[in-house]
Amino acid sequence: MAKINIKIEGYPYQVEAGLTILEAARACGYEIPSLCAYNHGECNRGSCRVCLVEATGARGLVASCVYPVSEGMEITISSPKATAARRASVELLLSNHSMKCQQCDKNEKCELLHVAKLTGAREDMFLGSQTETTLDEVTPAIVRDTSKCVLCGRCVARCANAHGEGVLAFQNRGFKTIIGPAENRTFDKSPCIMCGQCITVCPTGALMEKNDIAKVDAAFAAGKYVVVQTAPAVRAALGEEFGMKIGTAVTGKMVAALRRLGFKKVFDTNYAADLTIMEEATELLGRIKNGGKLPMITSCSPGWVNYAELRYGDLLGHLSSCKSPHEMMGAILKHYWAEKQGIDPKDLFVVSVMPCSSKKNEAERDQLVTRGLKDVDAVLTTRELGRLIKRSGINFVKLPDEEFDYDLVGEYTGAGVIFGVTGGVMEAALRTAAYVLTGKEHEGVKFEEVRGFDGIKEASFDLAGMTVNVAVAHGMKNAKVLLDDIRAGKSKYHFIEIMGCPGGCINGGGQPYVRECFLPNEDLDIVDTYKAKRAAALYSEDERQTVRQSHNNPQIKALYDEFLGEPNSHLAHELLHTGYAARECFPEK
Amino acid sequence: MAHLSEAAVAQITEICERYAGERTPLMMILSDIQKEYGYIPLDVQELVSEKTGVSVADIYGVVTFYSFFSLKPKGKYVIGVCLGTACYVKGAQQVIDKFSEILGIAPGETTEDGMFTIDALRCIGACGIAPAVSINGKVYPKVEVKAIPGIVEELRAQGGANA
Repeated sequence: MAKINIKIEGYPYQVEAGLTILEAARACGYEIPSLCAYNHGECNRGSCRVCLVEATGARGLVASCVYPVSEGMEITISSPKATAARRASVELLLSNHSMKCQQCDKNEKCELLHVAKLTGAREDMFLGSQTETTLDEVTPAIVRDTSKCVLCGRCVARCANAHGEGVLAFQNRGFKTIIGPAENRTFDKSPCIMCGQCITVCPTGALMEKNDIAKVDAAFAAGKYVVVQTAPAVRAALGEEFGMKIGTAVTGKMVAALRRLGFKKVFDTNYAADLTIMEEATELLGRIKNGGKLPMITSCSPGWVNYAELRYGDLLGHLSSCKSPHEMMGAILKHYWAEKQGIDPKDLFVVSVMPCSSKKNEAERDQLVTRGLKDVDAVLTTRELGRLIKRSGINFVKLPDEEFDYDLVGEYTGAGVIFGVTGGVMEAALRTAAYVLTGKEHEGVKFEEVRGFDGIKEASFDLAGMTVNVAVAHGMKNAKVLLDDIRAGKSKYHFIEIMGCPGGCINGGGQPYVRECFLPNEDLDIVDTYKAKRAAALYSEDERQTVRQSHNNPQIKALYDEFLGEPNSHLAHELLHTGYAARECFPEK
Repeated sequence: MAHLSEAAVAQITEICERYAGERTPLMMILSDIQKEYGYIPLDVQELVSEKTGVSVADIYGVVTFYSFFSLKPKGKYVIGVCLGTACYVKGAQQVIDKFSEILGIAPGETTEDGMFTIDALRCIGACGIAPAVSINGKVYPKVEVKAIPGIVEELRAQGGANA
């Protein structure tokens, strides 16, 4: 790329041609206050006017996020004119913003508050009318509060980029403009899949997960026997809430923190991931042998399940009937473990810590009530766990490493760990399917073909003379390609893994926010690399495990021997399998 | 989409297909539907979404952005009161207020009997005859507030006659 000469604050620099002023300044070590920094244009570009600077050759001030650098350009960030203009831009945003910052769960990671501090914006500079606001707290998963929305449009872009046909869009005009689902509907009456990708990009608290910490508090207060389980992706990101480098696995500290929060037992959802593999691999081989519906599609991701029910109601027979791992865990805890421990299952309160907003919605499904009891009673996101730990005064970084409880249930294999990343469920299933079909373990354990972040991955494996064609998709935009093929009768696959979020659970809607402005110690390209770093944390935990195939989990073996009989047995079906129902995208309000 | 008649589905499908070769056909499709039916409810937006691949949320955004499009059926008589600068100076606000008072609806709304809709218009280019009112395309020049009850009565009589 050709280099050009520019000056910033009077200093000469050489930068790549074609960059915006914001990008060029960043490469030279300047952070121009902005509301977007580096989100690859996932916003209503240039509209917020926060990043105004002076540049020679331009008329007036320019928005540095969209204005390109040119040869000989002299850029001034700190002139009185530019400084005052940036402050006024933020003050105008604040004039139509709910100023309840103290009680906003986003206040530690709010980009608007951040630029308000940087620019010295005064919240009461422009007082006047405010746009009529909408507060949607109807669903168990996502809260939309337009009084905090700055109309940047990041959520609109992310929803569409991840899922093709987005659910959110700008509506109305001028001062009445808001962002929301069509007809300003609540999320439950729209085709929203509750994945929470919109939450992960919102610069303010306009889109947030529903805070369920109070539910957990109430269970403790009521004297319930409260246990907790954590999904694999949580350990790969929780440390970020406490300033640790992205990609640091904090399994031991997380367990230690959960014990100090008062949970009676701390289980790993990975145990149930192994159980899921036993059930799912058996289901798959059964379908192949008995001419059942193929391809079979995984059902662990509740965002994906929502999408299937909303948009592909005719294909629901392709979904595995397996519950997702944390729901299986809940059912096993309440209907097996509790009895063994002499605990009344009615007194047992199961909390799941998940990287996911959609899991909150999943836990409320009627189909996930077993023998009159909800499988999982409350779901917290990784971020909520971070808040809970901080609220309790626990110094997370200084905690010792502790081990999960392995009390009859809880032991897990490397196969369970990699469930948290796209391709992981597929790889875990293949490890076990290979063993079942060939009678021996797959050489080298790994199935590299299904790893990585390509939108759609496909592979064929020859297992004991049988060719198994598989595909992996993440984000509904990619999934749609595979689903339309199935609908058209053209699909060549036996088994498909689909996850709702781009990258899988490590990038779930409940994971810590990745904002370069709050991550001064990370590399400049962190928004491009964080997914791979979190994934690497899981793959290296897999490598460290001595047992790496679900069927070799001794506690899972014992569970079948003592209790369930065999995979897909009658009892396994009662406790571990579920059903789906087609839904309308826009039901009557 | 359950509420659309087969004929409507067929016609809207035909409208969508009319612009199949266009790069950005949405505006043209929506304007044809608006002209044909007088409004674009959500059922119709869902059908257009299915045919074009544009999300319902985006279509709804376009429909609510342009005042030419309407989400609800308009009345038999659409009373457009120009509120452009010249008309405004000449008392258009009093004119629109009088229509609102007589019909019992705010600008943008339709009477319950489906007879009248009041629209506030921006300049319609008839500044020489301000304040101007346009009813179903017929322009009323230099409308005086005291003439408004008569205009409404006349329309009501006509509307009743061919109803």
